[in-house]
Amino acid sequence: MSNSDQLKRADFIFKNENDWEDILKKNIKRSQQELINELISSELKGRGGAGFPTGLKWKLSAEAESDAKYVICNADEGEPGTFKDREILSLVPFKVLTAMAICGHVIGAKEGFIYLRGEYFFLKPRLNEAIHEFETYCKTIHVDFSIRIFMGSGAYICGEETALFESMEGKRGEPRNKPPYPALSGYMNKPTVINNVETLAHTYTIFKYGAKRFYDLGVQFSRGTKLFSVSGDTPKPGIYELELGMSLADFVNDFGDGDTKAVQVGGASGFLVPRKRFTETNIGFQGKLTGISLPTGGSMMLFNSSRSMFNVLDNYLEFFREESCGQCTPCRVGCQQLWRGIKAVKSGDKNAQYLDKLLRLAETMQLTSKCGLGQSVANSFSSIVENFREEMIY
Amino acid sequence: MDNNIKISINGQGVEVKKDTSILDAARQIGVNIPTLCYHKDLCIAGNCRVCVVEVAGQKRLSPACATPCEEGMEILTNSVKVRNSRKHIIELLLSEHNADCTRCYKNGNCELQKLASDYKIMTSDFIPLVPFKHYTIDMFSPSIIKDDSKCIRCQRCVRTCAELQGVSALSVAYKGDMMKITTFFEKAMNEVNCTNCGQCVIHCPTGALTERNYIEEVWEAITDPSKFVVVQTAPAVRVALGEELGFEVGTRITGKMVAALKRLGFDAVMDTDFTADLTIMEEGTELLTRLKGVLLDHDQNVKLPMATSCSPGWIKYIEHMYPEYLGNLSTCKSPQQMFGALAKTYYARARRLEPENIVSVSVMPCTAKKFEANRPEMHDSGYRDVDYVLTTRELAIMIKQAGIDFMSLEDMSYDRLMGESTGAGVIFGATGGVMEAALRTAYELVTGREVPFQNLNILPVRGMEGVREATIRIDNPLKEWAFLDGVELKCAIAHGLVNAKKVMDAVRSGEANYHFIEVMACPGGCLGGGGQPIPTSPEIRAKRAAAIYTEDENMPIRKSHKNPEVIKIYEDFLGKPLGEKSHHLLHTSYTVRKRY
Repeated sequence: MSNSDQLKRADFIFKNENDWEDILKKNIKRSQQELINELISSELKGRGGAGFPTGLKWKLSAEAESDAKYVICNADEGEPGTFKDREILSLVPFKVLTAMAICGHVIGAKEGFIYLRGEYFFLKPRLNEAIHEFETYCKTIHVDFSIRIFMGSGAYICGEETALFESMEGKRGEPRNKPPYPALSGYMNKPTVINNVETLAHTYTIFKYGAKRFYDLGVQFSRGTKLFSVSGDTPKPGIYELELGMSLADFVNDFGDGDTKAVQVGGASGFLVPRKRFTETNIGFQGKLTGISLPTGGSMMLFNSSRSMFNVLDNYLEFFREESCGQCTPCRVGCQQLWRGIKAVKSGDKNAQYLDKLLRLAETMQLTSKCGLGQSVANSFSSIVENFREEMIY
Repeated sequence: MDNNIKISINGQGVEVKKDTSILDAARQIGVNIPTLCYHKDLCIAGNCRVCVVEVAGQKRLSPACATPCEEGMEILTNSVKVRNSRKHIIELLLSEHNADCTRCYKNGNCELQKLASDYKIMTSDFIPLVPFKHYTIDMFSPSIIKDDSKCIRCQRCVRTCAELQGVSALSVAYKGDMMKITTFFEKAMNEVNCTNCGQCVIHCPTGALTERNYIEEVWEAITDPSKFVVVQTAPAVRVALGEELGFEVGTRITGKMVAALKRLGFDAVMDTDFTADLTIMEEGTELLTRLKGVLLDHDQNVKLPMATSCSPGWIKYIEHMYPEYLGNLSTCKSPQQMFGALAKTYYARARRLEPENIVSVSVMPCTAKKFEANRPEMHDSGYRDVDYVLTTRELAIMIKQAGIDFMSLEDMSYDRLMGESTGAGVIFGATGGVMEAALRTAYELVTGREVPFQNLNILPVRGMEGVREATIRIDNPLKEWAFLDGVELKCAIAHGLVNAKKVMDAVRSGEANYHFIEVMACPGGCLGGGGQPIPTSPEIRAKRAAAIYTEDENMPIRKSHKNPEVIKIYEDFLGKPLGEKSHHLLHTSYTVRKRY
């Protein structure tokens, strides 16, 4: 658990990428096992929010036997309140491309894709230029790896990895049943490593400085740094690279406006933390730490006392009832019921006890939804209703 | 290698094959897990989440249909967590569903209704969502009604249309609360490439997709004293109707069905088998004529392979998807339409009835027949050849409405003139049946001998594989067919339009050189038709098929050209196959249609 020291800022991700050719050349010569071991020992976990160990992901795909394998960079950044991947792709695209090629070398893939969020279309020309330059260099050092951009059409669900595959295969973006997991059966039902933009950028850091340097950052179970998209009631909105494991109290000290009453950690699908829990809450992956650890894809939204938490929740739920793919019952109908439900309570059409029914519904959604979307709608709903129940009613 | 794994379900140990789903494993030991989006005919979806179960050590519940068993798994199918979640899910589905059950066509035969009943969802204070969605009911198709307010979005229809039929007239559109099952550009069902096959109807668990029913119109005709109502029943109806009326699957109830139709008040009860036999005469002759045209006369305008034209779903499919092959379709009308045209001409004349006073009704295993009867070209009798088409299901409803104790009925026989059945006519109800009937006749016409198969059973064309091929070699033909000596007649049979696509693509690419193709739009042929009793499954279809072949074997006459009424109609009325009168009444033409 971190003490109330200052936030540990870091500067790895956006540090210059001029050495990408060397990093690529050097690492492509290393054995697959060596690279996997390096990643595993760094304890890097996926930065999309779910936090699956990246080294293990690569290892599973590397061990799978198949005539074709793929590396996919998930740039479908759609979580409300996140904007870090856009910055990475704008400022240090070669780090991502290099990491993809090294991953291709590790698992035996010759093709990579960047699944780019539809709303980031403006990034495409520059990114294509970078890819062209990258591939040209690859040829000179005999690295057989190509990268293509696949444009999404603007559906939030397509950030879910299996829905993303469906979308890439020309089908409707709907999550698949798991198992099988992407590492063994992903895009085109072939072994696929799918990593978030930021995760790939961190692997670059690891391949550049070594696992130890990365491992030494952060805290137990939450190693390394993380980009945070800070927004809301803050005098300093923007993107910051910080070590994992900080307490929310420290974060608010630094980024709050002095009147912060709650922070939404992890965007609309994350958790709302009220002021009284700032000190005991750490930002990082759940482990055997004391206190509460909250994983996050990077979105940190601060709310001060001028905000109605009802409006905040109303906004999130309206987003979800639109962005659910609609495939499975608990998510499709559950989102509509939660959204209409809190409105009905607010207007007095339903009594306050109805919130308890909705909390039980939220639990069912968490237990039974097909993918992370439906499972995580409950997070913001439950944490806001439990902590600001009175704001839902009056 | 040992591929078995051990798991426990509700504390009971069970050994299953690797990759068995939890659902199948549970069923093996008699533990029932409710399902909605699951269907044996279709791929696993895992959409409805009704089948969730608890797996020890896992935080979340798992869908039993989509989760493979793993060694040592401890599964609970009825824990508090499971039951509460399941109830919630049913409640959610009901909140999004127009649950006006008493006024639903599927009342009493709805899977959601049954679940709600099993789980006793007495009240639910979830907010009713249907009023927010401004649904309209699509009633533009003569065959199928689509009511989105009753749709639970399980996608069974979507998977049916894509996987069994390769048509994809129905697909998912929009997301979130707007997500719905719809057509290309949300056009009405009659404006898209829907073949009206009705497979979506028999796979839909609720009343969202139903057949357009004509029960009231038929009651009205029956009770109108100025009308003479003739009814024909298709071969596949007699092996399935019993399922709706208390009999085991695969029970043949032909005699009782005829008796029930007479009790209902139809003036003449006749058999589509009669025109099935007539179809064989016309189509068999057409095939031989085409073979002569190609093999002897080398006529470039004659098209081979010839494809059967009995299945109206298939006809509409080829009109949409392979319009350049319409010339390969037999010009023969389907047995239903031949019957309709003859009812108001031949039958009317023989019985001294005014054709305008005849109402012609058919009972079909098929929803596409409703569309077929509606085709503008089907007026060769001078009137609409078939006025109303009822499905097997609709006839069962009429029998129940009339208060007939079906089980206790004495068997009766079809009325004469157009009521004679043969085994060849009956097997039209199964995939491969038209082919088999045609070969029984064509081979004998050409060689003067019976087909060289034991007991007339041409086994290679039977079965349930999606595409089957058979070759029959013709040796020592009669003199006028000398050009066929030594010719190997190549046949292909496909059922389910996704298989028809395989055959047509092989024809188009030139890799197949068939002479004769039989296509039935529905899995199993008519016995698995979209108008048949619900539910359907591979096992149910197999039992109906067995019943059809038993019916065939029990027939005194098993070859179309030996049907005495068929011989008589050529003597008295039609002249000869492909003659002028036949051409006018029994043959038709086709229409090129768009692909969406």
